[in-house]
Amino acid sequence: MVSDDSAPARPLLEMLGISKRYFGVPVLREVDLRVWPGEVHALMGENGAGKSTLMKILAGIVRADAGTVRFDGNPLSTRSPGEVLRCGIALIHQELNLAPRLTVAENIFLGAETARFGCLLARRQMESAAQTLLTELDASFGPQVRVADLSIAERQLVEIARALRHRNRLLIMDEPTAALSERETARLFALINRLRAQGTAIVYITHRMAEVQQLADRVTVLRDGALVGVLARHEVEQEKIVGLMVGRALFDYRRRTDVARQPGRAILRAENVGDGRRVRGVNLVVRAGEVFGITGLVGAGRTEFARLIFGAEKMTEGRIELDGKSTRPRSPVHAMACGVAYLPEDRKEQGLFLQLSAAINLTINRAGPTSRFGVLNGVRLGAEGQRAAADFHVRAASLRTPARLLSGGNQQKLLLGRWLARTPKLLILDEPTRGVDIGAKREIYRLIDGFAERGMAVLVISSELPEIIALCDRVAVMREGRIAGLLDRNDGDDFCQKSMMAYATGVRTSSHS
Amino acid sequence: MTNSAPSSPTSSTSGNRSRSSRWFGAVGILPVLIGVVILFSALAPNFLTSGNLINVVRQASINLVLAAGMTFVILTRGIDLAVGSVLGVASVLAVQISLIPEWSWAAVPATLLAGAGIGALTGVLIAYLGLPPFIVTLGTYTGLRGAAYLLADGTTVINSDLSFSWIGNDYLGPVPWLVVIAFGVILVSGFLLRYTVLGLHIYAVGGNPEAARLTGIRVGMTLAIVYTISGLLAAVGGVMSASRLYSANGQLGTGYELDAIAAVILGGASFSGGVGTIVGTLYGSLIIAVLTNGLTLLGLSFFWQLVAKGTVIVVAIALDRLRAARSQ
Repeated sequence: MVSDDSAPARPLLEMLGISKRYFGVPVLREVDLRVWPGEVHALMGENGAGKSTLMKILAGIVRADAGTVRFDGNPLSTRSPGEVLRCGIALIHQELNLAPRLTVAENIFLGAETARFGCLLARRQMESAAQTLLTELDASFGPQVRVADLSIAERQLVEIARALRHRNRLLIMDEPTAALSERETARLFALINRLRAQGTAIVYITHRMAEVQQLADRVTVLRDGALVGVLARHEVEQEKIVGLMVGRALFDYRRRTDVARQPGRAILRAENVGDGRRVRGVNLVVRAGEVFGITGLVGAGRTEFARLIFGAEKMTEGRIELDGKSTRPRSPVHAMACGVAYLPEDRKEQGLFLQLSAAINLTINRAGPTSRFGVLNGVRLGAEGQRAAADFHVRAASLRTPARLLSGGNQQKLLLGRWLARTPKLLILDEPTRGVDIGAKREIYRLIDGFAERGMAVLVISSELPEIIALCDRVAVMREGRIAGLLDRNDGDDFCQKSMMAYATGVRTSSHS
Repeated sequence: MTNSAPSSPTSSTSGNRSRSSRWFGAVGILPVLIGVVILFSALAPNFLTSGNLINVVRQASINLVLAAGMTFVILTRGIDLAVGSVLGVASVLAVQISLIPEWSWAAVPATLLAGAGIGALTGVLIAYLGLPPFIVTLGTYTGLRGAAYLLADGTTVINSDLSFSWIGNDYLGPVPWLVVIAFGVILVSGFLLRYTVLGLHIYAVGGNPEAARLTGIRVGMTLAIVYTISGLLAAVGGVMSASRLYSANGQLGTGYELDAIAAVILGGASFSGGVGTIVGTLYGSLIIAVLTNGLTLLGLSFFWQLVAKGTVIVVAIALDRLRAARSQ
């Protein structure tokens, strides 16, 4: 903790003992955050450390399970976004919340329209006010443009302008520069400095070390939902922050062998694979009998790469070889025929049939192959379902239970079981343990080890560095659509979270590739 | 069946009750059906006679056939507004073909083929061009209505010596063929949905299209088949209609799509897809038929019947959804 004599006596914002669980999995554990007026407070941590959840609680979008929030000395009710807004707290969203068919001015004043006689839109007035804001941001577009016609970076500016329309006392910026060019970023920083000088407090969420050093008066670091450190400006050092962010693995899992396995023939060979947008020139080889990891920050292009391999998205550049045969997967059906299986990142949206039974979720891939004249072979499917449930340790009251009533871990095992029933050559697992409790996590790790030992090529995508370290033989770190670094388990001390985080944040750039 | 037999998806309840919950979604509306039957039995003395009950089911038969097709469509998050118009086209087509002496034998098969073809075309537009079902079938709804009038040349085409008139007027034992056909359609549809790969894929595509795609289910093919089934069944409805009346005109089937949709939704299916059963649709359709019949027996005017029917549909669905929400 820091004692800072120059700071005003009382923090503007105090969040104390904030805790939150999603489906029984703790995402925040008694986190404290204090922000003083006129400071830029950087909030840092790995993906899933709890930064966004903490800010959503403050903005009244998510309800905390425990903890108190005080604003300007008074208790703040964070029950609805409206109440929080009225206190002078504004959140600039990472995911854009704009109405594309409306104009810039209309978006900026959405929900706070200036009106004559209480009902007629004072369009002219709104537009001139919007113009003032846009000028301040050095925007190259006017208030009458439709948002749909703007680029992502320009939309981000609209989002920022929207937060600035009142004189807010606290601004929350969630990775505001993610889509901005250098020039726009510089303008934004100038604006942030001006706001700070006027006494506005800013909570700034970012992964970019350089920005933290440039802007932050103070840094709060979260890891696995817990507060791990608060640093004052003079203590801010890249190495120190990276160290705090990764810390020591809270969860201890040991592979059966600590050296890299002896891999077999190349199952996946990707050469210059890209989609022209979010994945660029990716080269990698995944071999039979190894677990290959891909990590990086959210938006680095990991999932997008996997979806190209699986034919779920169109590959426009490069080529791939699957088990020696050159192909360009056209569709998931085609990729599956080539021996690829893909366990998607968002199991509820992309994997499960929530209303259907656990048994069906396990065996739906086998329904066709086991059927006769299109009629389901219930007996055989039943037996396969039972066996898969046992093999994958699925725990459910009954296999007839709808999948939505199972825990996250058991849901994930259903999907693993579904894919393994096809004995793929290449198994792609995208965030295989997200939202899964520790016990199930251990079991899933054990299963993944087993797949590799049986000679399957396994590609694991994960944001959790301890998970990558625990599982993988080799690791590619992606950053902005490219592979920023490659690490090997046999590299010794360099095969560690710090190196990966350094590649992911751009602190370190590769000697490879 | 063993444990993994595909259980009908339901909108309810907790794990250990899953066996009962399996039928719960379908059973949901049954109390309403029983309720209206009891009500009319008490109010209208001639309601609960075997003659009248057969009458009720016969009145329900065409709606049952359309609603069975609509169940497939709604299960995939879609909608088919064109079934009434397809019925109109099909009925006129069937009578017109039957009037050509050397072709009259082909009236029924050709009509069914035409219906399936229209459905397949609709399905291809929806599945492979990604057009919204509401828009595509709004178009076919309008266009085919026009086609029906054109085929009938604006009048009523009559064939008093209809080759397939047995469908609408004869009995299998004590049961009218119309009823036999309707229940046959329900049985086959139930079998398709419950015991075949296609049925499983329909629930999967409706429940989560993205997951279905990533699991390797041919989503487009499934959708195309679903609309083909709906078109085919609408043509079956057209044949039934024409044979009952020995005639057809461009106006036949107007508004039938709405009764079919009402039956499916009354039966517990959800517009958001993946939830619903054919048994539920059966109950839903029977509720509508019982209401129409009972209110007529009570001597209520047609206008008041419409008001009553509309009210019952909304109230019944509201009750059903409240119950489902409570049992969560």
